[in-house]
Amino acid sequence: MSPVASTVTPAAVPPQLRAKRRKSALRTLGFLSPWLIGFSVFFAYPLIATVYFSFMKYDGFADPTWVGLRNWKYVFQDSPFFWPALTNTAWLILVMVTLRVAFGLGIGLLITKIKTGAGVFRTLFYLPYLAPPVAATMAFVFLLNPGTGPTNTILAKLGLGTPDWFNDAAWSKPSLTLLALWGIGDLMVIFMASLLDVPKEQYEAAELDGANAWHRFRYVTLPNISPIVLFAVITGMIATMQYYTEPLVAGKVASGVIGGSGQQFEPGYPDKSTLTMPQVIYNLGFQRFDTGAACVVALVLFTLAMVCTGILMRRRSGFMSAED
Amino acid sequence: MTRTMKMSRTSQTLSRGALHWIAVHALAVAASLFFVLPFLFVFLTAVMSDDQALTRDLWPRTWEWGNFGTVWETPGFLTWWRNTLLYAGLGTVLAVCSSLPVAYALAKFRFRGRNVMMMVVIAAMMLPPQVIIVPMYLFWAKQLDLAGTLWPLIIPFAFGNAFTIFLLRQFLLTIPKEYTEAARIDGCGELRTLLRVVVPMAKPAIAASALFHFFYCWNDYFGPQIYASENPGAWTLSYGLESFKGAHQTDWNLTMAATVLVMAPVIVVFFFAQKAFVEGVTLTGVKG
Repeated sequence: MSPVASTVTPAAVPPQLRAKRRKSALRTLGFLSPWLIGFSVFFAYPLIATVYFSFMKYDGFADPTWVGLRNWKYVFQDSPFFWPALTNTAWLILVMVTLRVAFGLGIGLLITKIKTGAGVFRTLFYLPYLAPPVAATMAFVFLLNPGTGPTNTILAKLGLGTPDWFNDAAWSKPSLTLLALWGIGDLMVIFMASLLDVPKEQYEAAELDGANAWHRFRYVTLPNISPIVLFAVITGMIATMQYYTEPLVAGKVASGVIGGSGQQFEPGYPDKSTLTMPQVIYNLGFQRFDTGAACVVALVLFTLAMVCTGILMRRRSGFMSAED
Repeated sequence: MTRTMKMSRTSQTLSRGALHWIAVHALAVAASLFFVLPFLFVFLTAVMSDDQALTRDLWPRTWEWGNFGTVWETPGFLTWWRNTLLYAGLGTVLAVCSSLPVAYALAKFRFRGRNVMMMVVIAAMMLPPQVIIVPMYLFWAKQLDLAGTLWPLIIPFAFGNAFTIFLLRQFLLTIPKEYTEAARIDGCGELRTLLRVVVPMAKPAIAASALFHFFYCWNDYFGPQIYASENPGAWTLSYGLESFKGAHQTDWNLTMAATVLVMAPVIVVFFFAQKAFVEGVTLTGVKG
């Protein structure tokens, strides 16, 4: 402690104030205590353990042994799943997230323009977002199944092509994208709210200047809602990195290899095209009992997600600010 | 002369307005088809007979309402329901009760490290659950011998949930300081201020965060797969639904009937709590 500080505290502080401060510190601690415990036990500890295990060989039974960087080398050089999962994630971020943001903005715009029955349309557009992911995925695998699926029945009647959707490696990610667009409700509501917040005067001013609809969108709407677009893109990226239930269930149901049928499901059906990072973690950690390699993939996922979160916190300072 | 010009101009804007109305509503109807048709086809298939479900027919020849009964009476289905309600119900009560004081402190107390604390909450909220699942599973399975139950999913909610904390805090920030200060001057302790003054004002936010949490648990597939898959007695609807498909490989009608029964409760709850829900979504993204 520096001598300057020691002259100010604690001797200069009257004992009553000190007691009061201690009381308020204890009170704060008390209110925060659930989370302090929760964070330490359910986040900090397992995160440290993940780093530890990434340097260990451990199958869940024999004692862990130090293997240095061998797990890292295995994941980056030899794992048949890691790179396909990463490239699939990149594809999904580029195509699925982009389309979801564009579609969400489009539907949000549409909702703000509807004069008659806006409430009904809003509910209809929002409902699919609520469908439990397993149920929604199951529904889409049925709707798009090449055998009896209504989609291909209708496409054939219209004389259009009938792809194999979830059963074709080239179509499986577009099929997942379709499913993700169906559940656009969250982005719709967020965009709708932000569109209604754009000051009316700006539109009126632009109109007086002779701006057409596109110009009004480009020079008034877009600058006003750009923070929300950024929010949607980054949270969409993070959600895509942890994309798990939909691709896994789609792969299982489309391939017919589901728990109980006796076969072990090889993730990513068809042909690793729906493989994502969490599936690799599950496969390594819970099917192959290779704890070390699973933790390496987990740390890659962690790093990518935290980079995105960092960007979000910097750009959206409103997340952090508080009254004083 | 001027009058006719004026007249034609109003009729012009009127017809332009009418065209605009037609274009917007035609687009809205087209979009509705995309959102509604999947539900419709799932439902139509759910009430088809076994034979017809094997064909390409879109419309049921006979309406087999009994399919829902068949699903309902499938061994395990009621257990999955009970387990899901336990996970979602108890999990939600615990998460809201334990997160509220934390959110209140983060919104209303001044203390050193508050911003760091808030950053930690956001980071935890954004952290993919799969990142820490391996050591977490080892902890619950090896140290506490709770694999094969839903307790590893429920117990952590008694210690705050990052998303619930975040959502509640965003709302509590909007409560003017005057209210809490008035209570303090009246001699209320912080806990009483929270319970008597803040909670009644925060009811919509509490309802929204409870709903979100309930739906999160209801929809969760990863958690039950990790901890409960080894014990069918602990399966939830989301996890059980998949195995249902496994047991009825070709019977799309029964699988779709089961899908309808898993979707229905969420949609019913939504109709009763629509307002709270939409408020909650905007709170996460727009406000703050």
